[in-house]
Amino acid sequence: MTPVLELSGITKRFGHVTANEDVSLHLDKGEIVSLLGENGAGKTTLMSILFGHYTADEGTVRVEGQELPPGRSRAAIRAGVGMVHQHFALAPNLTVLENVMTGTEPLWKLRSDRAAGRRKLVDLSARFGLKVEPDARVSDLSVGECQRVEILKALYNDARILILDEPTAVLTAQEAESLFATLRQMTGEGLSLIFISHKLHEVMSASDRVVVLRRGKVVAERRTSDTTREELAELMVGRKVERPARPPATPGAVLLEGVDLHVSGKGGASLQGISFKLRAGETLGIIGVSGNGQTTLAGLVSGLMAPDSGALLVKGQTVATHDVPHAIAAGIGRIPEDRNAEGTIGDMATWENAVLERIWSPDFSRRGVVRRAAARSATEDIIKGYDVRGATVDGRIRLLSGGNMQKLILGRVLEAGPDILVAAQPSRGLDEGAIAGVHERLLEARGRGAGVLLISEDLDEVIALSDNIRAIVNGRLSPAIPAERANAQLLGLMMAGDWSAAEAIEAENTHAI
Amino acid sequence: MSVFLDILASVGMWEAVLRIATPLILGTLGVLLCERVGVLNLGIEGIMTFGAMIGWLTVYSGGDLWTGMLVAALGGAMFGFLHALLTVPLGLSQHVTGLGITLFASSFSYYVFRLAVPTASSPPTVEPFRPLEIPLFADIPFLGPVLFNQTAPTYLALVMVALLAWVLYRTPLGLAIRMAGENPHAVDAQGIDPIWLRIGTIMAGSALMGMGGAFLTLAAFNSFFPTMIQGRGWICVALVVFASWRPARALLGALLFAFFDAYQLRLQTVVEGVPYQLFLMLPYVLSIVALILMARRARVPQALMQPYRRGER
Repeated sequence: MTPVLELSGITKRFGHVTANEDVSLHLDKGEIVSLLGENGAGKTTLMSILFGHYTADEGTVRVEGQELPPGRSRAAIRAGVGMVHQHFALAPNLTVLENVMTGTEPLWKLRSDRAAGRRKLVDLSARFGLKVEPDARVSDLSVGECQRVEILKALYNDARILILDEPTAVLTAQEAESLFATLRQMTGEGLSLIFISHKLHEVMSASDRVVVLRRGKVVAERRTSDTTREELAELMVGRKVERPARPPATPGAVLLEGVDLHVSGKGGASLQGISFKLRAGETLGIIGVSGNGQTTLAGLVSGLMAPDSGALLVKGQTVATHDVPHAIAAGIGRIPEDRNAEGTIGDMATWENAVLERIWSPDFSRRGVVRRAAARSATEDIIKGYDVRGATVDGRIRLLSGGNMQKLILGRVLEAGPDILVAAQPSRGLDEGAIAGVHERLLEARGRGAGVLLISEDLDEVIALSDNIRAIVNGRLSPAIPAERANAQLLGLMMAGDWSAAEAIEAENTHAI
Repeated sequence: MSVFLDILASVGMWEAVLRIATPLILGTLGVLLCERVGVLNLGIEGIMTFGAMIGWLTVYSGGDLWTGMLVAALGGAMFGFLHALLTVPLGLSQHVTGLGITLFASSFSYYVFRLAVPTASSPPTVEPFRPLEIPLFADIPFLGPVLFNQTAPTYLALVMVALLAWVLYRTPLGLAIRMAGENPHAVDAQGIDPIWLRIGTIMAGSALMGMGGAFLTLAAFNSFFPTMIQGRGWICVALVVFASWRPARALLGALLFAFFDAYQLRLQTVVEGVPYQLFLMLPYVLSIVALILMARRARVPQALMQPYRRGER
């Protein structure tokens, strides 16, 4: 049987950098193949060549035995290749139907056949269980819905081969689950899928076969049933990666305390009477499905917003002024959830990003004039000490990969020696190697005696790093359970709002503490 | 008080509104088209000047009036191509390029004008478009002379409003244009090259600007002088915002501005003791007020002024 898709001997160079070297892979009908690799391994470049966004220097792409002309997206679309981009290629001010229909009719047609388009869209949406409202404006949709539109766009073009570029990067755990169910259904309908990812658990659960890419080359190919997460991790990174283990805690005084905090957050993500304690040398993990108030909680502790009622105590003192300078002055270090939007200013230099948060401190400015030399040398130290690869003191920070950007943020925050560290989704979108690095730093801060408030959707991460774990559900916090007692099932119950087991565990532990 | 109302009741006043509005309609549609595809075109002031000059020159050298309009459109498209070349594939700053085009096209127009007419002290005139009475309709009292006794380019401008609205909202091309102004990556992902789409659309928009300029020399003033555009191009840029990037509202905006302008012209003659400059100011002040009221909730094309480069975000 001819494979529906065959890439052979693809080589692509950008100047001196070889993004893909002699890459060959095939995809059979009805199959889900994962393309696994770290950030920068050349996954996206390879798929852009397949889709005609880039022209390969060598090699061919065949769809059902027919060679695709290089560099022509139109030809790829006609041949039945659909691409779901990592950054959605959608127009926010247009409707779902308009987004889906763009480019599907001859451009010079005098009248676009909306009615037929709508029928086709509604049909597809019903057939694949991808619920969307054709006349909704895309800017009003959630991220998960946007992705549905992206997939429908490809299906509308009669795609038989679908390429999904890191489809879960922006999804909540639930949305990801429902995406995988949809993908399975698609293979049942005769579609074949390539699924690009660096997340091992997804690859293991969602695909039939895994192709591992490292530094632009195919290093291995495995049937999912014949491999393990550990093996794939090693193949992907090229060495054994172990996430650091958490040494026993030596909890000290209470550093941060919330007492019946109420915050009316935007978009339903309010806090409704939460209380918690965070001790020195302890990590408190907050798990939860996104949109349940974790962003509000992080914002509150970071000084971005003030509570409507209740009190936040830092080192026993009630916080009177809820703003960022006071939070920083009180020794609160912040790793924001969205490093591109909130953590850095993309077009400013690395050194500016490194010191901006503390620009008023006497270390970095005097009488309103920035001490460039001091700022630059501090940045130099962060780049060296935290192994921020690819960064130069004067380079724009947006040129860094996610992992390296996060290292810089960690360096910036930790160099200030915070007593309390708020880490919101610290390893979101990072690959294995980078995640291990982030975890190491967070454990280091805890070892130094800082209290770490870890807010994450990644259960493995929370279990690995936290001493105590709480779930946040509809703006309320569950009882805390020690990490030793946590397992996926119990945490799942807690996130779903069933706290009976957690309460029992907490009661057991109360007298022990 | 009654003089103010008398003006409003006169046929001449309302006839003038449509006449004054015509170049604004064409220019605004031109800017609107460019911005819908994602490119600001501040070259309009110069492009209108060039259209006015080259349209006039064509007729002055013996071409007929419609040939003059056509040449003005082509001339506009030519400067549009220059603007597109600099801003789209090269991705230069659209503000700076646009202002450069305006300065260049204005000076170039005067240069060509002086080459063609080296000696004349007063600008030579051409035989302009005459009002074209639409039979039967022109006999309707009041509305007849106002709406159906205009010059042909005015009718053309009104048709253009409908045509552009149709293209933008009812054809696949229009959808692609709007998409390119919202997210050119999405256009590319659907197999349409946003670079050529933008270049072509800017040229079409600039052609409309050129025609708007030519209206002034071929249907209003009958001759060319270098400063004749007098900020009309800038008004068009503002009207697009006022119109929230929609053709029908662009028409409304152009009419509104023209109304203020026609009204102030007549006020100058009836109100004594007030410096006429104060009246000249009126339409602009009212435009700013209207802009504030109308444009706050406008949906700006999301990719406006963002150059597109493949593979970069």
